[in-house]
Amino acid sequence: MATTEVERRRGQLAALSIAAVVIIVGVPLWWRTTETYRAWLPVSQIKEFATLQLLLSVDVEVVFSRGTVSPEQQKKVPMTQTQDEEHRVDENTALKYRYEIRYRTATIMEEDALKQPTASDADLSLHALSENPCGSLVVYVIPESSSLLSEDVDVYIGQKRTAILRLGAQMRVGRTLEQLLAHLEPRIKKILHMMSFSHTDITAALSDRVRLAPGNRENIVDSMRAFKSSPGYEITFSLLNPDPKSHRLHWDIESAVETYVQPLLTKLAPIANFSIDSQTLYYAMLGVNPRFDISRSSYTLNAESLAHVINPVEARLGSNAASSNPVLNFLLYVPDALHSPLHILDRKKQAVHSNAFHSPRWGGIMVYNVNDVYGPEAVLPVDININMAKVMGVFLAQLRLLLGVQSSSPPPGFVVASCSSTGLADWELDRLMWSRSVENVATATTTITSLAQLLDQIGNIVINDNIAEQVSSAVTSLQLAVAELEAGNLGFALQYSKEAILASERAFFDPSLLHLLYFPDDQKFAIYIPLFLPMCVPILLSLIKIASDARQKRREKQAKKD
Amino acid sequence: MAAHRCGFLPPLFILCALSVLTVTWTQETIPLGSHRAAAADSKPTDTKSVAQTTEQLAVEQRQWEATEVEEATSAAAAVSKQDNSSPEDVVQTSTPKPKDEFQEELVVRPLHSGDIYASFQFRTLWQTDFTRERKVSHYGLFPKSLGQVISKFSVRELHISFTQGYWRTMQWGQPFLSSPPGAELWVWFQDTVTDVDGTWKELANVLSGIFCASLNFIDSTNTVQPTASFKPLGIGNVTDHRFLRYATLPREIVCTENLTPWKKLLPCGTKAGLAVLLKSEKLFHSSFYSQAVHIRPVCQDWQCKTASWELRQTLNVVFDLHNSGQGKREWSLFKMFSRTLTEACPLASTSKIYIDVTDNPEGEQFELSPATALLSQAVVLGDRRTFSVYDLTQQITFGTVRSLNVLMRWKSSEGDMLRPLLHAERYVAGYGLQTGEIHTLMYNNHPYRSFPVLLLDSVPWYLRMYIHTLTVTSKGKDNKPSYIHYQPSKDRVRPHLLEMLVQLPPNSVTEVTVEFERALLKWTEYTPDPNHGFYVGSSVISSLVPSLVALDTNSTWQRPLFSTFFPCKEESSYFVRVYTEPLLVNLPTPDFSMPYNVICLTCTVVAVGYGSLYNLLTRTFQIEEPSPGLAKRP
Repeated sequence: MATTEVERRRGQLAALSIAAVVIIVGVPLWWRTTETYRAWLPVSQIKEFATLQLLLSVDVEVVFSRGTVSPEQQKKVPMTQTQDEEHRVDENTALKYRYEIRYRTATIMEEDALKQPTASDADLSLHALSENPCGSLVVYVIPESSSLLSEDVDVYIGQKRTAILRLGAQMRVGRTLEQLLAHLEPRIKKILHMMSFSHTDITAALSDRVRLAPGNRENIVDSMRAFKSSPGYEITFSLLNPDPKSHRLHWDIESAVETYVQPLLTKLAPIANFSIDSQTLYYAMLGVNPRFDISRSSYTLNAESLAHVINPVEARLGSNAASSNPVLNFLLYVPDALHSPLHILDRKKQAVHSNAFHSPRWGGIMVYNVNDVYGPEAVLPVDININMAKVMGVFLAQLRLLLGVQSSSPPPGFVVASCSSTGLADWELDRLMWSRSVENVATATTTITSLAQLLDQIGNIVINDNIAEQVSSAVTSLQLAVAELEAGNLGFALQYSKEAILASERAFFDPSLLHLLYFPDDQKFAIYIPLFLPMCVPILLSLIKIASDARQKRREKQAKKD
Repeated sequence: MAAHRCGFLPPLFILCALSVLTVTWTQETIPLGSHRAAAADSKPTDTKSVAQTTEQLAVEQRQWEATEVEEATSAAAAVSKQDNSSPEDVVQTSTPKPKDEFQEELVVRPLHSGDIYASFQFRTLWQTDFTRERKVSHYGLFPKSLGQVISKFSVRELHISFTQGYWRTMQWGQPFLSSPPGAELWVWFQDTVTDVDGTWKELANVLSGIFCASLNFIDSTNTVQPTASFKPLGIGNVTDHRFLRYATLPREIVCTENLTPWKKLLPCGTKAGLAVLLKSEKLFHSSFYSQAVHIRPVCQDWQCKTASWELRQTLNVVFDLHNSGQGKREWSLFKMFSRTLTEACPLASTSKIYIDVTDNPEGEQFELSPATALLSQAVVLGDRRTFSVYDLTQQITFGTVRSLNVLMRWKSSEGDMLRPLLHAERYVAGYGLQTGEIHTLMYNNHPYRSFPVLLLDSVPWYLRMYIHTLTVTSKGKDNKPSYIHYQPSKDRVRPHLLEMLVQLPPNSVTEVTVEFERALLKWTEYTPDPNHGFYVGSSVISSLVPSLVALDTNSTWQRPLFSTFFPCKEESSYFVRVYTEPLLVNLPTPDFSMPYNVICLTCTVVAVGYGSLYNLLTRTFQIEEPSPGLAKRP
């Protein structure tokens, strides 16, 4: 039976070669043709951001004026001193603050400046001498006997990035240099917390990344009030006139914005872009009917009902059609003639002095009563000019709150210089920049890690080159921002963190990454089954048969040997 | 102004010195969050949940805080007192000339078919310049949302209309402002725009958000650049059609959700004035409904030294009251709109109702109550019409009942209508699913004058037009167009555009025919209801029609709004735009389970072929020895 044996071998060889062709050519071909394009992503670098270790470093210059250190101590004063403070926020996030303190004695010109009669004059002439980079601080230490500060004042915080610190009374006699430095350290820390950042600010800024403990509710309220960091904001002033039949209102918003708001926004330009517009809305009613209070002979709005006031108005405010930045709304509500005067009551049933309230991350409303301007005999409609100074005072205060310019009350013994025409001191801007940089870094890291996670989860999503490019640029900007924070270059850090957040959001919201656009794997295989099943079954069967034949042959051979 | 007089620094000083203390109440509330922030953060995955969950804890709950402004130092307080004593809330004696102005009017015209045509026009004029360098950002009567659109996209002129139903020109005559069924958008951009197509796409998306319409379906496949049909209606002499885009969506369905944002653009909303009548349940229970927004720069005065921006919002509706009135022919404002008027919009400088009484000079046809002594004549669409006018700014209009309900009661229903001089219709001819023919008929009903018309046809790419088959005939003779502009389509990129200037002989029908072939689409390009057919937008016929009476070319203020939309340059003819019906064309429609069937079939064929081949290759063949006696068995 030689011919049948040959036939059998031929059949086996044919089956084997078909199987080989299917495995060597067919499977790779199928794999290659159905593969989705996935551009390379810096996954390992993104994974590093899962555990964020932020180092914030501040340069502090401590200048001893004459009479604070003796000449022999002067020589022993260390040039620099670095202090580190570590905090663990949660298992994935750690914060480290580094204060790089440099000591030096005052120059002659600075001594002259410190001899000015008042602290504000001294402050002015001091920053005429030198310009400090963004994020750094200078603390001038003056002797206890100095008359620059009044009796109960220890620290004077200037308009720019300078502070004047008076030595305490116990340091007058018999102190060593170590004692002096040890005495100074906690006070310098206090100034730093006031002027650059405090731990609570930074943890609040990390709220995008870290779940805050439910205990410190006070902090959450503070941090939730301000708008989230964004590359731009739209500020809208709306004049609500529910009664155009009796009041014809005129507000000179254009010059008011120019005079009051624009200087502040120019100062805030490094943080974000702002655009301002205004509108007048007629027949815009509040959502609640004010109650008449006989004891006050006025209409009142309770604190509890304020939450319902805005909903009907908001439908008419309109969002900005031309951009997607968050909108800050400031409404000036002039009550109609029948419901005037209108007062807002706080929880203690006291009339709120400013007659205004604000809503976190939304904006503010001010009620502006005009009933006492005209008498009952006036001819309707009455033309009324609105006092913009009064209105803008309230709106500016609300704007500062909503933008997160912290106005935490200074600790005892501190005096804060009244700010210049810009409405914002340099150190306040620095403070905002610190927390905004940290917030941006936190948001960008969460966005980019969750994007990486998403792309990892959905295996057949297409990653285009432009997305990979955005992700890489976000990662690079993030790394740069973290490095700049470490180096203490606040301006650059903010710049890079803004770029990182923009790039990461653009990648995250790219329409091609919508996972609904892609077939799940099981459906894809359902389509392949009609092809795969009839092809693979014979191959598998014949392979099994060949294997069993071979095994049987070996057994026979063994039996023959035996 | 107080701020000006006090100078620059003192008020600023106070403002800064006011330290702000916020009274926060958090005792009983859980961590607050604004739903706004949560909504903005809702990214398409749940991976970013850390931030969200904290915010979602208190979704919809807002924390309100009183803003307490506290005087910090006594010095500041003193200054602020001094400041407060400065003139505040001054009751003005002389009103400054307002920079913006608002007018509203309603025209009611009984139609010969027994229907009632009501046309609202609201016009906001604003003396400003969107084109200058500094952004315009302080809005009064002009709606902010549209103003931002104009300045962001550098729009010179914007016309958008939403129409439900088709205007029957032969029965109803010419409308004051015509519009095609569905949505229509045409925009002239400033010549500073570099990427016109990108801006156009973005603008369409923004407008679709503003008007809650599917304008986002406007893309290059339904956008054309007409060379002659759509000239700017406002001032300005740039007529380079590179900055013009025109698109229609004949499929768009118009309903309440489009009316609500439109009403929001009015300064008085629906709280006062004529807009009170705009109740959607009545408006959409009608034979024809059309709303439009037109924005253009216009002249401030007849000298035209300064420009101002005009926003015209129009709403046209035709009610079929004859059938619903149980044989009695009468109508009133209340019957049409289920509202009566009680006041004019206090912001409006004029607020008038015009009732067309041209056919009723002696009151023999219908009677109008309350009677008004005010009559006005206006030349509309080449015809002198007489109107009874109700001026809503006069208190006397509302009478003793303090409400106005204009009522019209017919005595006889005789009278015939003047046939419109120009009208057009269109249909698809042919049979089968492969080829077809578009016929456009244009009627010139003028007894002795011929006039030229501009025909614009925009046909989607999936009807492949054979332009060599284009024929134009009138009165059985070939009528050669004096100007033809044809832009062939590109598959999936742009539609066909055909524009021609045809002279219509007097009292004639001119027929334009062109053959086309239906293309086979890719299976994902079909609409969800492909057997309904595919819409082809209306043809647009623009023409200067000879007028019966001399027109008033001097544009003064006093004319009613409905007669002043199209600029009028000569006395003897007036401008008319006529839209034909949109076409509904069936395309060859495949069976949509086809792809899976094809996959299954090919797979089966492959598997069968492969199986037999495999069998052949791997089977062991044996030569069977024939058994000798078998064949001979009986």
